[in-house]
Amino acid sequence: MGKLVALTGNIAVATAMKQINPDVCAAYPITPATQVMEQFSEYVADGLVDTELIATESEHSAMSACIGAAAAGGRVMTSTSSQGLALMWEMLYIAAGMRFPITLACVNRALSAPINIHGDHSDSMGARDSGWIQIYAENAQEAYDNQIQTVRIAEHMDVRLPVMSCMDGFITSHAIDSLELLDDKTVRDFVGEYKATYPLLDVEHPVTYGALDLQDYFMEHKRAQAEAMKNSRKVILDVAREYKKISGRGFEYFEEYYMDDAEIAIVILSSAAGTVKVVVDAMRAKGEKVGLLRPRIFRPFPYAELADALSNVKAVAVMDRADSTGAEGGPLFMEFKSALYNNKKQPLMINKIFGLGGRDLMLPDIEMVYRELRDTKNTGKIRTISEYITVRGEEAAYGKA
Amino acid sequence: MKKKGWKELPIGGLILEAANTKNYATGDWRTFRPVIDLDKCTNCMRCWIFCPDSAVCLVEGKVNHFDYEHCKGCGICAVECPDNVKAIAMIEEAKAKEGK
Ligand code: SF4
Ligand code: SF4
Repeated sequence: MGKLVALTGNIAVATAMKQINPDVCAAYPITPATQVMEQFSEYVADGLVDTELIATESEHSAMSACIGAAAAGGRVMTSTSSQGLALMWEMLYIAAGMRFPITLACVNRALSAPINIHGDHSDSMGARDSGWIQIYAENAQEAYDNQIQTVRIAEHMDVRLPVMSCMDGFITSHAIDSLELLDDKTVRDFVGEYKATYPLLDVEHPVTYGALDLQDYFMEHKRAQAEAMKNSRKVILDVAREYKKISGRGFEYFEEYYMDDAEIAIVILSSAAGTVKVVVDAMRAKGEKVGLLRPRIFRPFPYAELADALSNVKAVAVMDRADSTGAEGGPLFMEFKSALYNNKKQPLMINKIFGLGGRDLMLPDIEMVYRELRDTKNTGKIRTISEYITVRGEEAAYGKA
Repeated sequence: MKKKGWKELPIGGLILEAANTKNYATGDWRTFRPVIDLDKCTNCMRCWIFCPDSAVCLVEGKVNHFDYEHCKGCGICAVECPDNVKAIAMIEEAKAKEGK
């Protein structure tokens, strides 16, 4: 058993980065991710890591510097949130397209406007098509565990793609949580040494990065990139299993909570799952067959496995902490609908948009969703496909117990 | 050159060989081709200096013909040829091909 400590999610991630000891970190501060690099820069100043830390003038430059350092042949990491991730946008696609195994700790925060510093998933959900692998953590322990695994996933020769490891802003990033750390040697042995392919600093073997790629080859390179994302499915499982061996912890594609015989279930990402578990416990104590499914991996989306996990459920509420306005529900909901379309057994599915800009999701709010699911299951009728909850100005349909 | 399938290509659009642009035939971009009148040419070498694709070819140190595999037809050579000489004409590619 490792050392039990009390840390914020951000410091847990910075600790994982210290243990990994990357070659280069380029970053720009932004709430609530600032503390990751602030803490890490202390490790650099104290000589606890060999990392070259580059304080850039913006997040666009931070990701550009990461890309340059990765092309040079370094193991590279960074961290950001919200507008910072948005400012990295074009470079995110370039990092993925150039197949650099950069890892990024994304501390989820709402995107402006209106300006807001609190947690929701609009930042990383917006980046879901950028070609990055995305992993979501429920708490500080998982954020720490995921951070260590990202390196192995990204650098695997069948993958070579960047990985974004997400945790909820403030709720996870700033709350002090108890977690278990691995010792430095165990982490270093687990991540191993990075072997760069075709590093620019290998002047004996000059290569060209970033050449123009027109109608004659662009699709072939994109096809290869899509294959790498497919390959990552197996790598993610292998790495999670190996990590479990050294830590005794962790999940694979998702966490199932009382799903075995669940008739109704909530699907939710990240920290809000912890609150849902409290409601599930209380309802289970009364004999209600309720469950929770918490996806850990969002890209690549484990379609078959997630569809299978919901096969025997009668009614499901997918809860999104981000909206995709104009679509019929949030991004997580759309993935699940798509995953279940070709399944023989399909539960009734509803979508709730919650928690935008850090709006609290309280126990009664979750009970309300389960009450609606119970009704949906019993009547076989969907009242409304997607709606906002915990928003003023609308009467909650299941507001009263 | 036979084009490679996605499984055979280096990842990320990398080019592993140095100085391989000569393998890339940019000549098929051309809609106008330069044609030189050697009787008018004074061999001032301006076209040779200005051609962005090194497509002006010399024979025994003198401007002689164009490398149509790589000449992309930009017309810079024709513009740069001195006004009192104008030894290079830009001919429509389709017409030049018919004429062959
Ligand atoms: S047309 Fe352009 S590319 Fe062709 S020879 Fe003249 S300058 Fe060079
Ligand atoms: S610029 Fe004109 S005159 Fe000078 S070398 Fe070229 S074709 Fe001849």
